[in-house]
Amino acid sequence: MNSSNSEKASLPQRNEFWKLVFPWVLTALFLLFLPVIFASNSALTIMNQMAITIIFALAYNMLLGQGGMLSFGHAVYMGVGGFMCVHVMNYVEINSAPLSLPFLPIFGGLFGLGLATLVGTFSTRSAGTVFAMISLGVGELIAACSLIIVAFFGGEEGVSADRTYMRPFFEIEFFTQIEVYYLTSVWLLISALLMYLFSRTPIGRMANAVRDNPERAEFLGYSARWVRYYSFCASGFFCGIAGALFAINFEILTEENLNLATSGSILLVTFLGGVGVFFGPIIGAVLFTLLQTVLGLYTELWQLYLGALFLATVMFFPQGFAGVLVSHAPAARNGRLGSLFIPYVKMAAPSAVCLWSVAGLAELLFHARHAALGEEEMVYFGINMLSTSVIPWTVFGGLAVISFGICRTVAPSVLEAWDKAITPKGMAQ
Amino acid sequence: MSAALKLEGLTKSFGKTAVIMGVDLEIAKGERHAIIGPNGAGKSTLFNLITGRFPQSSGAVYLHGRNLLGLAPYQINRLGLSRSFQITNIFLRMSVFENVRCALLWSKGYKYSFWHMVGRARDLSEGAEAILEDINLIERRDAPAGMLSYAEQRALEIGITIAGGADVIMLDEPTAGMSHSETEYIVGLIRKVSENKTLVMVEHDMGVVFGLADRISVLVYGEIIATGTPEEVRANPKVQEAYLGTALEAEH
Repeated sequence: MNSSNSEKASLPQRNEFWKLVFPWVLTALFLLFLPVIFASNSALTIMNQMAITIIFALAYNMLLGQGGMLSFGHAVYMGVGGFMCVHVMNYVEINSAPLSLPFLPIFGGLFGLGLATLVGTFSTRSAGTVFAMISLGVGELIAACSLIIVAFFGGEEGVSADRTYMRPFFEIEFFTQIEVYYLTSVWLLISALLMYLFSRTPIGRMANAVRDNPERAEFLGYSARWVRYYSFCASGFFCGIAGALFAINFEILTEENLNLATSGSILLVTFLGGVGVFFGPIIGAVLFTLLQTVLGLYTELWQLYLGALFLATVMFFPQGFAGVLVSHAPAARNGRLGSLFIPYVKMAAPSAVCLWSVAGLAELLFHARHAALGEEEMVYFGINMLSTSVIPWTVFGGLAVISFGICRTVAPSVLEAWDKAITPKGMAQ
Repeated sequence: MSAALKLEGLTKSFGKTAVIMGVDLEIAKGERHAIIGPNGAGKSTLFNLITGRFPQSSGAVYLHGRNLLGLAPYQINRLGLSRSFQITNIFLRMSVFENVRCALLWSKGYKYSFWHMVGRARDLSEGAEAILEDINLIERRDAPAGMLSYAEQRALEIGITIAGGADVIMLDEPTAGMSHSETEYIVGLIRKVSENKTLVMVEHDMGVVFGLADRISVLVYGEIIATGTPEEVRANPKVQEAYLGTALEAEH
């Protein structure tokens, strides 16, 4: 009797356990077999870059999404971790110290943590504007130092190292890109898992509480400042790991890894993906890296499109891509997810045409203004056209206006379908 | 009986404006004490001084004989004093359950731990469930706190306040802005959760005050003009003159 009772009690717990472990196992398998599909060196490089950005964005979201701290200078924690790792690599090379490459990220993490423990003592005193301003100041300060303290930061050329001079790791010397990919993936998995688990600990929960209401947290026995400080340090640690992986992948770090542009872009990545959900920054990082590398191959205007995407996200989907996905949960619970498919297609088709033609106009304008003198021909999605001719301008302009009009007429019916889908069955009207 | 809470010559000025002008008060262990007074008498300020939200200008606050001078709110809370707020002060984006669980963390000894998983801690989830049971919010367990009705939010506020197991509980206008039936629900709740504990509350609703309190202090313009049992306070001519007159006549 007793034993059957305890079995019953442990069954849901075991289910819970698998629910927790299953996505991670799936991710690990996914990472393991990804190179089978994308085997080229350039694809591997993009995937490595993605992994680094994911770790960085997740670490950044420990502050922004979970702790309510907006940092404008977070690149320095990744950057300093990376710089230190380059020096560690060089030290190992010169002194043939016993250190293998796969363990280097631990050092990066510790250096990021070290810097965060110092800066955090005064920056986490309060959240909000004060924190944002201090983070901006510290970011600028360290970025400026990189041009002054040449011995450490290497001035404008930066510092470089050779990863293959580290001690071989089970005969692996990391000459090939695929070896580096697996090293990066393992660290991605470890870091993401640890950050996820951190959010489930007492301090991680209290980070949320302090974000929502620091004063109330104080009256529950927690110092809001210490809670912020611990989150800040943890974030610094994982930023350092990202920095180390950057050092391993690119074998060079420059001022660019510390400056405000990098700090700004990680805010963009995180926000794009969604700050409210743990996996949000992952989506943001994947999307951002794709836009940057793949779109960057096709057009010089990729930053314009990225900026427009960011603006649209802030204005229409402040919860980011992950937020949009999560908002479909009620519809899924009602079993009405399928009913949204046709309305979405109806909306997506004219939207795509609209975007395509507006982007066409942007490309025409860019070509007309910046192409070499006398060069009039340009290619857009495989179509040849003359940027000086009136025809493409009229076609794109007309298409944009018409498709926008269609979007506006379709929108109400899509909204209606949405409202219907998220209303529980039996509660109609 | 030793005093759970003792105020000695407590004063507070904001610039040149004196708000609290020398308050002396002793509240015994296990007592239910109400502080009443007209609007602007300094009741909430007194609360904020006791709980360390503002620093006092002079005087002292003793919790179980220990001087609280210079301690931050979180340190005072760890010594066993917990408070609620006049304006609902909860974690709006977290679920009801999460709100209560966070309120349990420190007292269950988890501190700033980053090696425990809260989801696996039985004492936390069972403790939080028990408190939700007490405050009648078990059915709203997974709703975001921001989505609760006003009365439910007030109940959650009380739940968070008592969760840490503090033995001195201070409630700032727990029934403010409530309908008659909601007030009854909250009064029943307060009676239940304040058993064997010291309760200090600010309240405007005289029905609540006279129904709940063992002793009452009347605060007028930053001074306590009378302290005593409900009957004594009711009979006190100074009180009647200053504040209670109309309310008491209406009751008789």
